[in-house]
Amino acid sequence: MGHRLADLFHGRPRLQVGGLLAGPVGWLVIGYLGSLAVLLAASFWSLGELSGEVQQTFTLDNFDTIFTDSVYRSITLRTILIAALVTLTDALLALPLAFFMAKVARPRSKGLLVVAVLVPLWSSYLVKVYAWRTILSEDGIFNWALDPLGLSGPGYGNVAVWLVMSYIWLPYMIIPVYAGLERIPNSVLAASDDLGAKPWRTFRRVIWPLVFPAIVAGSIFTFSLTLGDFITPSLVSSTQFIGNVIYSNITTNLPLAAAYTTVPIAIMIVYLLIARRLGAFEHV
Amino acid sequence: MRLSRRAELLLRAASGVTLAFIYIPLGVIFVYAFNTSRVLEWPPPGLTTQWLGDAIDNSGARDAFFTSLEVAAVATIFALILGSLASLAVARFSFFGRETISFLVILPIALPGIVTGVALNTTFTQFLGVSLGLLTVVVGHATFCIVVVYNNVVARLRRVSGSFEEASADLGATPWTTFRRVTLPSMQTALVAGGLLAFGLSFDEIIVTTFTAGAGTETLPLWIFTNFSRPNQLPIVNVVAVFVILISIIPVYMAHKLTREEGGAAPVRGAAPVAAEGTAVP
Repeated sequence: MGHRLADLFHGRPRLQVGGLLAGPVGWLVIGYLGSLAVLLAASFWSLGELSGEVQQTFTLDNFDTIFTDSVYRSITLRTILIAALVTLTDALLALPLAFFMAKVARPRSKGLLVVAVLVPLWSSYLVKVYAWRTILSEDGIFNWALDPLGLSGPGYGNVAVWLVMSYIWLPYMIIPVYAGLERIPNSVLAASDDLGAKPWRTFRRVIWPLVFPAIVAGSIFTFSLTLGDFITPSLVSSTQFIGNVIYSNITTNLPLAAAYTTVPIAIMIVYLLIARRLGAFEHV
Repeated sequence: MRLSRRAELLLRAASGVTLAFIYIPLGVIFVYAFNTSRVLEWPPPGLTTQWLGDAIDNSGARDAFFTSLEVAAVATIFALILGSLASLAVARFSFFGRETISFLVILPIALPGIVTGVALNTTFTQFLGVSLGLLTVVVGHATFCIVVVYNNVVARLRRVSGSFEEASADLGATPWTTFRRVTLPSMQTALVAGGLLAFGLSFDEIIVTTFTAGAGTETLPLWIFTNFSRPNQLPIVNVVAVFVILISIIPVYMAHKLTREEGGAAPVRGAAPVAAEGTAVP
């Protein structure tokens, strides 16, 4: 079987490429892009007034609701704001650690550090949110640690959402920033040093411009993942974000859920276009 | 770069604090799994291994575990086949639209999980009219797992020169023999690493799962999610949480070991095979 198939493809590169790509491209274009197209179509559907069943007729009502209803507008703005805050926090936290990994640590500890950052990145997302839920709870470790100082933790709420999301997406920022710093030759830093620049000046004038695209690359993940998250807000706050609205509407009002899903898609398209302009794609 | 003593100390301190920030929550979960109290209070009044047995005896958690195992295994097989086919085409041939393949493969993971989830849910329930179940979860997982296999294998194929395959052909081997004796062995560890990562990714995924699982399908993360709110299940949830961490960490660690000799590291969710490699996806 294998032989005969191989003979058929022999000397026919086009047929070979076609054979290789048919499965994966078929799956992703028909299956995935097709689903996105259905999603887009569904965002123009509506619910029957009496039946409550999905009506596949064209209407702009869903978008009208999303863009004019002040509840949806403030949820959208709140979600964008938290995504921006989380991204900023992660960039601030990632930079020193990534710099330490790339330029200060010895080769042995460098390898260990990479593993130390990668392993929690892949470990269960849900369990991490759950861990924070216990930490921030009334009898949790946060209040316990702050109690002797006469303080108390933030409890559940917007601060908790910001903290937990920053925590969860942090490794997604560290890895590209680390890789970006790795790419800067040490000789460039030495040259800056030899020319009399103090470390701070070297950072500002040499390192920052070179590492900035890598930070933008990392921010694609921190921003995008925060935009769609609904588990974290539902576990550590009672605040609504875009994800929560989509989640609670998926069974009751699918067209509205579909329409609201186009909001994070549109935001991410704009974000990706800006990121490409800033040279981030060489670092993704 | 020469840092002043003070600057280096500051940098070390900041790095240490960040690492502590990453690891403390994971440690807390480990401690709670052995907590004697049925409520979450810190510090735990005592330690016990009682809940481990209770968790194993819990039929809901056990069934969910086997469901997750099944989903992850089948999704990984799909991802392995589709991901390696795509990577062979991209790494070994030049053709129109080659650059867009990487983009296409990354898309399901670059867009927020909720987008993939809602898109698949809408397609399954409204367009195809299939009822949600195990199969729909597998399709969702396979879609975002392809990238992990693809990135690992494509990076390997780029590193291993195609001239070995040409030499094999020149020596009279049929394409099938060349694939079996030359290409496949050189891909082997990358395939295993990609498969392990895909498995880990699928095993603990919740967002896409929420939207593609029907009423009767419960994966382990879904089980945890529904049992958060049941106070009498808390001790078991804690044990299962630790278990899920371990199940997802072990494959990542093994994958890292497997690809380490080439300076590669487990990619960022497959979307960036960066890490120590420092090479970009085209």
